[in-house]
Amino acid sequence: MTLEKYPKVYLYRRIAQAKLFIDANFAGEIDLENIADEAFYSKFHFIRLFKNAYGKTPHQYLTTVRIDKAKQILQLEKPVSLACNSVGFESLGSFSRLFKQIVGITPSAYLDQQKDIKNKLNASPLTFVPGCFAQNYGWIKK
Amino acid sequence: MITKLTHAPVLVLDQESAYDFYVNKLGFKVKLDLPMPKDGRWLTVYPPDQPDFEIILAPVTRSFHSKETTKALKQLVSEGAFGCGVFTCKDIYVTYEELKAKGVQFSKAPTKEFYGTEAIFKDDSGNWFSLAQLV
Repeated sequence: MTLEKYPKVYLYRRIAQAKLFIDANFAGEIDLENIADEAFYSKFHFIRLFKNAYGKTPHQYLTTVRIDKAKQILQLEKPVSLACNSVGFESLGSFSRLFKQIVGITPSAYLDQQKDIKNKLNASPLTFVPGCFAQNYGWIKK
Repeated sequence: MITKLTHAPVLVLDQESAYDFYVNKLGFKVKLDLPMPKDGRWLTVYPPDQPDFEIILAPVTRSFHSKETTKALKQLVSEGAFGCGVFTCKDIYVTYEELKAKGVQFSKAPTKEFYGTEAIFKDDSGNWFSLAQLV
């Protein structure tokens, strides 16, 4: 089969483009119709194909992207409210509930956890590097 | 007894470029990104569903080897001498289109094999990987 000729290539491209659309626009107002429009599908057909490819419905995937981005912001020790607003949530309560549901702890607890991890990493970074590599790179003496 | 593989190195020509490739293009997560002595950097990433496995984005440097070996390794890496592993996915056709859209170079489009459907791509240094949707 040649490089560009395989079945239903246009379907796969549309699903991939929808996912990339979510990745690029997660912080804005996205609804399923917007995403389906990007994919040129009926809403229900789109959901089924998207879930087959990514293991999540588009809505679930969007939530995951938002929470992942929020975690990255909290890892920089920014306030919870900033993380909430930056990833497209309007309500701090909704954000915190969803965050805890997905991550297992509240955003505040996650922020504290990340501060603790960062302190340990800064205090003794070589603790986290296998000794064989640290030696070979000359970071510790053999 | 050995129970797990937790780290595996991939030799890269430039860690910053490799970061962009593995994190921004392949969608891997960063496990550790730590400054080290002698302008070093300990950079490990993992595929989203394997948080316990770290791929070490290991720069080819003289610290590890002699000058001659380093030069040879850089040549071998950039020529694609190293096939570093097999990544799997739920839907290879969608994943292929997504990665292509992000600029990943494929030497083999998704092709049905007896074990599943496979494509082959290169990272930014030249290392090649199999991408497979297994049967």
